[in-house]
Amino acid sequence: MTAIATRETAKLSTRRGKVWPTIILLIGAAYCLVPVLWVFMATSKSPGELFTTFSFAPGTGLVDNLTDLFSYGGGQYGLWALNSVIYAGFGGVLSTFISTMAGYGLAKYEFKGRNLIFFSILGGVLIPGITLAIPQYLLLSQVGLAGGYVSVLLPILISPFGIYLSRVYAASAVPQDTIEAARLDGASEWKIFMRIGLPMMLPGMVTVFMLTFVGIWNNFLLPFIMLSNQDSYPLTVGLYTLLSKGSGTPALYSVAITGAAVSIIPLILLMLFLQRFWRLDLLSGGLKG
Amino acid sequence: MTARVATRPRKRQRMRLAPYIFVAPAVVLFVVFMLVPILYAAWLSFQSYKLEGGGILGTRVQVFAGLDNYISVLSDPALATGFGHLGLYGIIAVPLTLGLALLFALLLDVPAARAKRFSQTAIFIPYAVPGVVAALLWGFMYLPSTSPFSYISRELGWGTIPFLEDPGIFGSIANIAIWGGVGFNMIIIYTSLRGIPDEIYEAARLDGAGELQIALRIKIPLVVPALVLTGIFSLIGALQLYSEPTTLKPMTDVISQTWVPLMTIYRNAFLTDDLPGAAALSVVLAVGTVAVSALVLWLTNRRNKGAQS
Repeated sequence: MTAIATRETAKLSTRRGKVWPTIILLIGAAYCLVPVLWVFMATSKSPGELFTTFSFAPGTGLVDNLTDLFSYGGGQYGLWALNSVIYAGFGGVLSTFISTMAGYGLAKYEFKGRNLIFFSILGGVLIPGITLAIPQYLLLSQVGLAGGYVSVLLPILISPFGIYLSRVYAASAVPQDTIEAARLDGASEWKIFMRIGLPMMLPGMVTVFMLTFVGIWNNFLLPFIMLSNQDSYPLTVGLYTLLSKGSGTPALYSVAITGAAVSIIPLILLMLFLQRFWRLDLLSGGLKG
Repeated sequence: MTARVATRPRKRQRMRLAPYIFVAPAVVLFVVFMLVPILYAAWLSFQSYKLEGGGILGTRVQVFAGLDNYISVLSDPALATGFGHLGLYGIIAVPLTLGLALLFALLLDVPAARAKRFSQTAIFIPYAVPGVVAALLWGFMYLPSTSPFSYISRELGWGTIPFLEDPGIFGSIANIAIWGGVGFNMIIIYTSLRGIPDEIYEAARLDGAGELQIALRIKIPLVVPALVLTGIFSLIGALQLYSEPTTLKPMTDVISQTWVPLMTIYRNAFLTDDLPGAAALSVVLAVGTVAVSALVLWLTNRRNKGAQS
């Protein structure tokens, strides 16, 4: 009798247990999607409609807004987008390779100074990247590099967190036996890394690349401090200047909103595409390793 | 045989050299772009500029200033207000980000929940939106003339919602950070949950434990390491609050040039030309961040040890 009763309540609670988690998750999803939906709606509105019609009603100004956006400042928006791609793409690839190499070296070899190097770099995770930006700017301006592409590209190449993750991943993904076997076959250390280490570390590298890419793409303060020429701005700094000018001329609001909407499309697509490849369990398991 | 003996020492030497070559680029970049700037900032924070020769012809020279910069920076009332703002913001943003991330992760792990893939992706999407753009999106959703929430509230006769006025601004900025941070933290906690073998729950289920009890008694204690990790990241992130208030600044009068410490650093360095002051404040903030992270790690370690013994 009691057994049947427990089974009944269990069935009841699973039915209840089915509905509430789903509802709460959907509320969370709505909360996260609403601003994105809003910006796409706002993009379709002419500057007049933006301030008068209800926010989630579509407008009639989509084409005009897009034309305004891409003709603003002689096509500056396109330049900013290209710059963001260069900084995040080029910087992300190079930074990932440097991190992978360092992580592999730290995980797979015993050598003097290994712990010193590892813990110094690990300490770098705790230093707010932003507090580094001003001294970096001062040093680079003393050697005449501040203001150019290089001044944004160089400082982002070192990623303590990326090195830490690569080390954790190399330790678990590349078996020592495989390396030893290749050594016995007479392969050089570099060749072992390129032919055996790299392919085995690929899933970890995708994760590190995604994190670095998004980090650089979203970075505001470093390019904001380093760059003086508007043509070398990334999207974040460009959109910010648009907005701060817009407080005087509300017509620029529409341009800023359209710019924001267009800028998030490629990143969302990239995220959806790479989602299946990356291994975020690296992060959660990280502390144990 | 002789050939083999001859190659061996050379090989061993190459092996000894190899790791240094692998870590060399990272070490060089670390020294040039992290270590040297830190030391330079520390050195600069003890300097000050002095006019020598007087008049228009006078030149600026650097002199050793001892702790003067630290004293003047730390006694500036704007800094105390800045940390006050940061504290208020952090108290709202950090627990809510972590709490919601944990809640969503646990719900994703409930076997009976539906539409998981959709929810997971939707909640993760804001991670791809830069802080500046997020602040811009939400800023327009706060701005009385464009806000959909204020629009509805006005239609209902309740008037405009003061998102960008004085106490409301803390919730508004915290909301931007929560929106951007929940998804990433949720994924970290969720992957950590996925790593727990199912057998652990089976015994509990046989004993008649409900999903809620399993979540509270088994799952949460097991994901504590992931919670510590996300907690530290959220704290470091909160101390670095900069882009959101800077982006919202053109939309409201309540955000001053020194609203949070990083904005004060920027003002000192670039608007009032007080580089040593900016350096001193950078050092204070960096030391503070390391101290806070170390404290969190130490506290959780102590608690874990206490729980084991």
